[in-house]
Amino acid sequence: MVEPSLLFGQFLGGLTTAMFLFLIASGLSLVFGVMRVLNFAHGSFYMLGAYLAWQTVQLLGTTHGFWPAVLAAALGVALLGAVIERTLLRQLYGREELYQLLLTYALVLILGDAAKAAWGTRQLSVSRPPILAGGIELLGTTLPTYNLFVMLLGSAIAVGGWLALTKSSAGRMVRAAALDREMLGALGANVGAIYTGMFVVSSFLAGLSGALVTPIESIVPGMDVEIIVEAFIVVVIGGLGSFWGTFWGSLIYGEVLSFGILVFPSFSIFSVFALMAVILIIRPWGLFGRPIR
Amino acid sequence: MMSRIGSLCVRLPWMFFAFLAMLSIPWFGSRYDVFLGTQIAIDSLFAVSLNLLVGTTGLVSFGHVAYFGIGAYVCGILMKTYGAPFIVALLAAAMGAAACAAVFGYFCVRLTRIYFAMLTLAFSQIVWAICFKWDDVTGGDQGLPDVPYPDLHWMSAIPAIGELRIDDRFYLVAVVVVALSLAVMRRIIGSPFGRMLTAIRENRERAAFIGVNVRAYELAAFVVAGTFAGIAGALFGIFNRGVFADYVYWPKSAEVMIMVILGGIQYFWGPVAGAATLVLLNQEITSYTEYWPLVLGVILVVLLYAFPGGIVGGIAGLARLVGLNGSRVRA
Amino acid sequence: MLEVHRVSKSFNGFLAVAEVSLTVAAGQIAAVIGPNGAGKSTLFNLITGHLRPNDGRVLIDGRDITGLAPHRICAMGIGRSFQRTNIFPRLTVFENVQAALLAHQGRGPNFWSRSQALCRGEGEELLASIGLADQAHDVAGTLSYGNQKQLELGIALASDPQVLLLDEPTAGMSASETHEAIALLGRIARERGLTLLFTEHDMAVVFSIAEKIAVMHQGRIIADGSPASVRADSEVRRVYLGR
Repeated sequence: MVEPSLLFGQFLGGLTTAMFLFLIASGLSLVFGVMRVLNFAHGSFYMLGAYLAWQTVQLLGTTHGFWPAVLAAALGVALLGAVIERTLLRQLYGREELYQLLLTYALVLILGDAAKAAWGTRQLSVSRPPILAGGIELLGTTLPTYNLFVMLLGSAIAVGGWLALTKSSAGRMVRAAALDREMLGALGANVGAIYTGMFVVSSFLAGLSGALVTPIESIVPGMDVEIIVEAFIVVVIGGLGSFWGTFWGSLIYGEVLSFGILVFPSFSIFSVFALMAVILIIRPWGLFGRPIR
Repeated sequence: MMSRIGSLCVRLPWMFFAFLAMLSIPWFGSRYDVFLGTQIAIDSLFAVSLNLLVGTTGLVSFGHVAYFGIGAYVCGILMKTYGAPFIVALLAAAMGAAACAAVFGYFCVRLTRIYFAMLTLAFSQIVWAICFKWDDVTGGDQGLPDVPYPDLHWMSAIPAIGELRIDDRFYLVAVVVVALSLAVMRRIIGSPFGRMLTAIRENRERAAFIGVNVRAYELAAFVVAGTFAGIAGALFGIFNRGVFADYVYWPKSAEVMIMVILGGIQYFWGPVAGAATLVLLNQEITSYTEYWPLVLGVILVVLLYAFPGGIVGGIAGLARLVGLNGSRVRA
Repeated sequence: MLEVHRVSKSFNGFLAVAEVSLTVAAGQIAAVIGPNGAGKSTLFNLITGHLRPNDGRVLIDGRDITGLAPHRICAMGIGRSFQRTNIFPRLTVFENVQAALLAHQGRGPNFWSRSQALCRGEGEELLASIGLADQAHDVAGTLSYGNQKQLELGIALASDPQVLLLDEPTAGMSASETHEAIALLGRIARERGLTLLFTEHDMAVVFSIAEKIAVMHQGRIIADGSPASVRADSEVRRVYLGR
C-alpha cells in the first residue's frame, strides 16, 4: 500500500519538474509559433545557462553569488541568442525548413563540444542560496523551499507572459506574426525585430531555467539533449505554438514522469517516445494547438 | 542512333570504372583502405536510401536509422544466434526493415512537414528503446558482439580471390550488394513511379489533382527507402563484427542526413559523395582531436551557407562554369 | 454533366457556402461570378474534393462524387486549374505534363521502365495544342507567368477531363494575354467537347465566352441563367453596382 505522503511528495516533485519544463518549453513553443523554427539548440542554451551560472558562482562565491549568477547566465544566453539569430538564422528564413533545422542541430553539436572543452566532463553543481535553504513540512512530506520558489517564479512568468501576449501591443504583434507574417510585414511592422526579440526572450528563458536548475540537478554533458527531448514531448502534448498548451503539457508530463517512474522503473526511455508517437498519431496538434487536418 | 550510343558511352563509363576501382582495392590498397571502403560503401547505400525520401519525394525523415538498425539486428541475430546463411539473413533483414517501414510509414505519411519529422523520430527512438531493453533478443545495452562473417569459402574457387583474407572477401561482397542496390534504386527513381514521387515533392496538392494518391505513393517510397536502409544495416552489422543499440540512436539519423546534404540532395550520386567525404573526414579528424561533433557542426554550417547544393552541386556548378553541360543524374 | 445539389460549407460557424445548387450541361461553358469573398473558390474546392461539404451532394455524369478524395475525383473526369499557379516548378515543361499523363494512364506503379521515353508523343501533342511546344525542355519555374498559366491548363487537360474547372484563368494577365488565353480556352473546349466552369473577375471575358452565368453573393446563388438575363437581373445590379 502506497503512503499518501509518498504520493504527495511525488506530486510536488512533478510540479517542480513541470515548472522547469514550462520555462524551457515555452521558449521553444514561442519560437516555433512565431518563426516556424523548431530550435534544437534550445536545450544547448539551457545547458549553457547552467554552466554560466556555475562559472559566475565560482567567481563571486556561493553566499552572495547565486542571484547575480542566475541573472548573468540568463542575460549571457540571451545575448548569444541575439547574435545567433541575427547572423546565422536570419539568412535561412527564405529557405526550406530542413535547412533551419539543420542549422540548429549544427549549433547543438558546436555548443555541446564548446561546453565540454570549457568545463570538462565531470559533474558540477551549485548550492542553493542560503535564503532558500531548508524546506517546508507539508502533509507528511518536505518541500524544499527552493523548489517552492521555482514553482512560484514559474507561475509568475506564466501569468506575466500571458498578460504580455494578450494585453500589450507588442504581444498583439507577436500573435499576429504567428498567424500571418507576410501580412504583418505588409502592414509595416518590423517583422525582423519581432523575430529577434522572440528569439532573445526564448533564449533568456532557456538560460534562466538552466541557471535555476543547478541546485537541484548536476550539470553534465548530455543535459542539453535530455532536456530538448522532454521539451519536444511537452510541446507535442500541449500543441506547438500554444501558450496554455505548453503550460498544461508541462504539468501533465511532469506528473506523468513523476508517477510513471513509481510504476515502471524503466518508464522513461520507452514510454516517453511511445507517448509522443501516440499523440502525433491520434491528435498531432496536441491539446490546444490548431487542428491541422 | 549513333548519338544515343555516343551519349551512353559518355555517361556510363565513369560509373563502371568507379565500380572496378572499388573492387580492386583489396589488391592495390592496404587493409585500412579496405576498412574505409567497406564503411563508405555501406554508408553510401544508407544515404542514398534516405535521399529517396528527402531528395526525390520531399519527405524529411529524422528516424531513418530505425530501419538501418532493424536490418542490422535481424541479420546479426539470425547469423549469430541461429547460424543462418548470409543470403537468408540478408533477405530477412530487408523484409524486416520493409515491414517496419510499412507499419511506421502508414502513420507517418498521414502527417506533413514538422509533424512528419517528429513522428519519424519518435518511432526511431521507440526502436532504439526496444533494442536497448530487450536483453533476451537484442542483448540489451550489451548488444550483439561477435556477429560472424558469412561463409565465404566458396570464393576460394575464384582464381584471383583465393588468396584474400575474410575481410577483403566480405568487402567485395558488400561492394557488389551495394552496387546492385544502387542500380535498382536508380532504376526506380527513373521510372514512372519515380516521376510520381518528384511530382509529389514539387507540389503535393497538384499531384493529388492529377490523380496521384499521394499518401499511397509516399508510403511506398518510405517502404522502399526503409528496405535499402535495412540492407545497409545488415552489411554493417557484419562489418562492425557486432550490433549495438548505439547505432540506432538518433544522432545516427542526423549523421546520415548530413551525408545527404553534404553530397547534394538533388543528385542521385550526391549522398555517395557525401558519405565518402564524411567517412574520410571523420577518420582524419578523430585521429587529431576528440571534438569531432564540433568539426561536424562547423562543416554543416559552412555547407548551409556556402554550398547549398552540396559537393555534387558544387562540382556541377564548376562544370557549368567551364562550359561542360553534362546531364547530371537527378535524384 | 455537373450537378451541385444544395451544397453548404461552414468554417467554425462562418457559412461560406449556403445551399448552392448549380447545373452545367455537357459541353456547356459556364461561369460563376461574384464579388470577393462570395464563396466561389470554396465552391470549387467543394466540387473538387479539397473540402468536404457539410450538406448537399455533387454529381458528375450522374455519379455521386461528394466528399471523395481529390485524386479519386480527378480520375472520374474533373480537371482543375488553380488560381495561384500550381505547377511542378523544378520539373521541365514536358515532365510536368508527362507526370499528369502517366498518372492518368495508371502507369504510376511502374517501377521499372525508364520514364524518360514514355508519353513522348502525347506529351508533345498536348504541348503543341496549348502553344508550349518550343519550351518543352525549359524548367517550368523559369517560365513567364502567362506561360505558366498555359502549362497549368496543359496539366489539367492531360488528365483527359470531361469537366474542367478553372479558378480565375486570366488573373494577372494583360489585355492581350487575356484575349489569347480565352481564345485558346474556347478552342480547346470545343475541340474536346469539354464542359467548362470557370470563375472570373473580368466581366468582358465572362460575357464573351460564357453560355450560362451563376452569380454568387455571400455564399448563395442570387442569379443563374443566360448572360442576357443575368445582365438584366435587378438583384445582380444591386450587388455589383449598388443600385
